Amino acid sequence: MNYHWNWHIFFEPNPTGGGSYLDMLLSGLLLTLETSLAAWIIALVTGSIIGVMRTLPSKPANLIGFSYVEFFRNMPLLVQLFLWFFVLPEVLPSAWGLWLKQLPHAPFYTAAIGIGLFMSARVAEQLRAGIGSLPRGQKQAATALGLTTAQAYLYVLLPIAYRIILPPLTSEFLNTIKNTAVAITIGLLELTGQARSMQEFSFQVFEAYTAATVMYLLINVVVVTAMRVIESRVAIPGMIAGK
Amino acid sequence: MKRFDILGLAVAAAFYIGAAHAEELTGTLKSIKETGTITIGYRESSIPFSYLDDNQKPIGFAMDICAKIVDAVKTELKLDKLEVKLQPVTSSNRIPLLANGTIDLECGSTTNNAERQKQVAFTNTHFLTASRYVFKKSSNIASIDGLKGKQVVSTAGTTNIKQLTEANAARSLGATIIPAKDHAEAFLMVETDRAVAFVMDDILLASLVAGSKDPAAYAISKDAFSKPEPYGIMLRKDDPAFKKVVDAATAALYTSGEGEKLYDKWFMSKIPPKGLNLNTPISPELKGEFAKPSDSSDPDSYKAM
Repeated sequence: MNYHWNWHIFFEPNPTGGGSYLDMLLSGLLLTLETSLAAWIIALVTGSIIGVMRTLPSKPANLIGFSYVEFFRNMPLLVQLFLWFFVLPEVLPSAWGLWLKQLPHAPFYTAAIGIGLFMSARVAEQLRAGIGSLPRGQKQAATALGLTTAQAYLYVLLPIAYRIILPPLTSEFLNTIKNTAVAITIGLLELTGQARSMQEFSFQVFEAYTAATVMYLLINVVVVTAMRVIESRVAIPGMIAGK
Repeated sequence: MKRFDILGLAVAAAFYIGAAHAEELTGTLKSIKETGTITIGYRESSIPFSYLDDNQKPIGFAMDICAKIVDAVKTELKLDKLEVKLQPVTSSNRIPLLANGTIDLECGSTTNNAERQKQVAFTNTHFLTASRYVFKKSSNIASIDGLKGKQVVSTAGTTNIKQLTEANAARSLGATIIPAKDHAEAFLMVETDRAVAFVMDDILLASLVAGSKDPAAYAISKDAFSKPEPYGIMLRKDDPAFKKVVDAATAALYTSGEGEKLYDKWFMSKIPPKGLNLNTPISPELKGEFAKPSDSSDPDSYKAM
């Protein structure tokens, strides 16, 4: 292959004037972390609410939960981000639309919320499965003790359901991190975006993407390790992951 | 003994001929001769340099130039038949595909600069373009200073966004710079008022405006962020034999006046598929370059004629 390898490229100054190429990638890494954390918080909170709604003994709540999940998980993430970023401001009243468009850091907020809502549908399904996997007796016992539905969820069902779904939730968190790469299409210069600009500027395409790959791998190793620790800390003997 | 000498001589001669032959044909020329094919990388939407027409066939100014190069290679290698393979490329995969031998020439609108010459080689410049911006006539931003405090978009990873960043600091404009994924999306940001201006190569702006819903609503600035920068057809580095053939072919095309005819065909008259007319007369600098072809990456070396 006729390719000029140059691994020192990371320490050469980048043409945007802000330090070396490595600094450029690190700023992308930081933005990736910020976006994924924000998106993950949104996904967990919204997903939990919707997931609980899908298991409540109430037809309207079930229907709302069902429609929400199907809406957000049946559309490609890329299309959703496009809708939020380009279409939403056009269908709103023009004053609101203009305010949205001129919001600073619009790509960041759009990405965090868009990816967060997309992932929340998946979290909701995991939680529904977790609650569904509990023996029926648990809910009945809680009711027999005089707990209200809210109390039964809060003190009996959810603490166990969350423990059961921790391993798949880890995967969802990893997916959230990787999905932030889609935000490059609405102008968010996260890690993939910076790797792309680095290769456009320097033409050192393999070095740029290798570095990005290693960085994604490192974040994900950290997340997996942290989640393993949490799993073993909260495990209940006799149940999943408990010994 | 005598017989051995003759045999030795014959073997040596055979080796010598073999060596001389191998020396003649190396790198790209050798593989073209062996396979009987040459592969051209084209861009799908770099109007009018290299893009797909309504039959999904790649056409354009750079594609016409590459056709001449292919003819020259065919003559050089004395081939009766040279098959031309076409491979679509994007800005992200053009370097790997060129490096691993998938494509032999990249015919599009790739800026020739010193950084990039560390990785690839360019043949004689086929176009010169300066960084300008497009804006809506209704916003009336006639000069670069009019961008003060406004949202300005450019395509991520281009030399243009770099020049915009520099000008933003040097002239203390305080503009918010939004990086877009590609040209179409950056233009969409101006169309939907997310940004007031889009900084890009002026010729690409002209084609975006010509292809937009309402071409009359947009104007391209007189102010430029840069000197005219060269576009070149890209080939593999360290392949002097192939570069020599390509350089000779393009030089012959430009100096014979045929280059200017090709220019008029793509920039001064209606082009497929929509019958757009870019109406961009040849610049004095490019006229000078055509008279004296050069593959320099230095904008200062291109003088008006």
